[in-house]
Amino acid sequence: MGAFILRRVLYMIPTVFLVSIVTFIIIQLPPGDYLDALAAEMGEAGVDNTAVIEQLREQYGLGQPMYLQYWKWMTGILFEGDFGISFEKNLPVTDVIWDRLGWTFAISILTLLFIWIVALPIGIYSAVRKYSVGDYVATFFGFVGLAVPNFLLALLMMYVAFKYFGQSVGGLVSPEYLNAPWSWAKFVDLLKHIWMPVFVVGTSGAAALIRIMRANLLDELYRPYVVTARAKGMSEFQLLMRYPVRVALNPFISTIGWILPTLVSGEIIVAVVMNLPTTGPLLLRALLVQDMYLAGSLILIVSLLTVIGTLLSDVLLAWIDPRIRYQ
Amino acid sequence: MTAIDSAAEVQVAEAPNTPALLGPWALMWRQFRRHKVAYVSLYLVGFIYFVALFGEFLAPADHLETNTRAPFAPPQGIHLFTEDEEGGRQFQLHAYGLKMEIDREAMRRHFVEDPEKIIPLGFFVKGHEYRLLWLIPTDRHFFGPKDPDQTVYFWGADRLGRDILSRIIMGTRISMSIGLVGVAVSLVVGIALGGMSGYYGGWIDTLIQRLIEFLRSIPTIPLWMGLAAAIPLDWPPLRTYFVVTLIVSMIGWTTLAREVRGKFLSLRREDFVIAARLDGLSDWEIIRKHLVPSFASHIIASLTLAVPLMILAETSLSFLGIGLQPPIVSWGTLLKEAQNIRTIIEAPWLLIAPGITIVVAVLALNFLGDGLRDAADPYAN
Repeated sequence: MGAFILRRVLYMIPTVFLVSIVTFIIIQLPPGDYLDALAAEMGEAGVDNTAVIEQLREQYGLGQPMYLQYWKWMTGILFEGDFGISFEKNLPVTDVIWDRLGWTFAISILTLLFIWIVALPIGIYSAVRKYSVGDYVATFFGFVGLAVPNFLLALLMMYVAFKYFGQSVGGLVSPEYLNAPWSWAKFVDLLKHIWMPVFVVGTSGAAALIRIMRANLLDELYRPYVVTARAKGMSEFQLLMRYPVRVALNPFISTIGWILPTLVSGEIIVAVVMNLPTTGPLLLRALLVQDMYLAGSLILIVSLLTVIGTLLSDVLLAWIDPRIRYQ
Repeated sequence: MTAIDSAAEVQVAEAPNTPALLGPWALMWRQFRRHKVAYVSLYLVGFIYFVALFGEFLAPADHLETNTRAPFAPPQGIHLFTEDEEGGRQFQLHAYGLKMEIDREAMRRHFVEDPEKIIPLGFFVKGHEYRLLWLIPTDRHFFGPKDPDQTVYFWGADRLGRDILSRIIMGTRISMSIGLVGVAVSLVVGIALGGMSGYYGGWIDTLIQRLIEFLRSIPTIPLWMGLAAAIPLDWPPLRTYFVVTLIVSMIGWTTLAREVRGKFLSLRREDFVIAARLDGLSDWEIIRKHLVPSFASHIIASLTLAVPLMILAETSLSFLGIGLQPPIVSWGTLLKEAQNIRTIIEAPWLLIAPGITIVVAVLALNFLGDGLRDAADPYAN
């Protein structure tokens, strides 16, 4: 087990390295940089300060060749925990991002739990009562869940909530709690808001997982060991839970690996629509104004945390199923 | 294929009482038709591509024409019978004109249907001029008001008074073609890399598999957002279109490459491949003549399932304002109009009409792909 974890952690290093390079190239792609935009803006206002701009460019090292900028950025992150500076906010990136990243992953993990809680019983039901009305209903909603884009569902939910329930929409807490210290009332208010993004982001994942669970369980249900257990007089429910469901659960855990990245992706889009205080709106804004270190740091950390999440799911899987460790 | 066909003929000749054996494609078709929903979806997808092809003919109005006198005009219903002075009812398709009302409390103007004003509707009516299939100049439209100067908003109008229905119809061409072009790109990349990975194995396989794992392990949306945001706003629409398609096609190829690799791995040990190699066929010939035909059906099914993913990706990017840009009309740019809750409350059709269109198209493609996948291996049972 120790060797397995070590091997997986070592595998992660080139992945993370590659992520950092790809991220850096992407944020460098747009022609010009933030200072060009700033200069244009100042020029419109009739202020001539080429000198100031040049000085800033020197200070941030924006005129240097790309590999040097990359090297500076990376060594800053690795040795000083310095992710660079957000040009637009004029603050170190680290001051801006951490609580937003926290929310993004809080919502993603809540969504994962939501998906499991929903997909497990429905998947089992669909397989055991194959071709029943309930199975068809689950299948239908599964397909619809996959067909509705996240942001569309978010808009629709906001519309319904506003029009028919008069609920304030957008954000994670009501406006009056925005700057209030944490209290029980604020927590309850948070719960009233957070279910919506969790539901929206989770729908397509739950739909996919129901299909997977159903297919896995159908493979197991007619195996000889099930027949044996039934012949021995075991109660149907106990039999189901003790054997086929446990076997079918295996691929269930391995799917965290690909579900987590899609959850994080989905959360980012939904956050833009619902105006959540997470990475989504910050990243979009940073990309649009070429606030490159902010955008780059967000992409880098979100990817990194996702890779770590996948690693954890692999370790969990290896712990549950010893066969995986020796592949 | 020919070998199987001739074998079938021989067998039929020997035993006239057994049912005729069918070739693999015929078997697949039979299997496919059993999946009722998929079968219906095939026609639906066909219809959607028909709309994409004959957009100008089907659109009742010019999708770019603005109308300052009808911002946020609500959808107008189609009515069947008109009454003349004596009270007799006559069959005449028509819609009611719009009149403006000012809501003094909200200080807003909005439009209501005015039963006094009757706009006769008809089939094959004259309207704005266009070129059918980019070739034939004409001004005939499938359905619309008989008077070419009138506009009827069947699915409402947007903030500039442009007809939503016509815009959705014209957006179908862009959105559906992005799916097709994107799939074509991922097909080439997926088959090339997946095939190399599975056929040669060894370090090439390891390298390509690592690349795929890498792409699948990172959340894609932030990366695409970065790539799409890098597209300069002043690029010509066509170039933006192709770059967005390229970005979108980056999703599809990994799944496809894995599938192709799996098939190659299982097929390369098959007797017929070894026989072909002993006959002196080159690698490329073996791949082209023996391997590709034996998993073509699986590829077609995976491709069909990849199209809706790409449509959704384009829609999401355009919705965020970093994909396609107006004046290009796609389902995504249409939904961009419905970005804030205030607009949606005032004009829900901005959200509902394109929303339903997307969901129906994606559902149909998903069902079609599902049916094709089930039918792809007719010898399974």
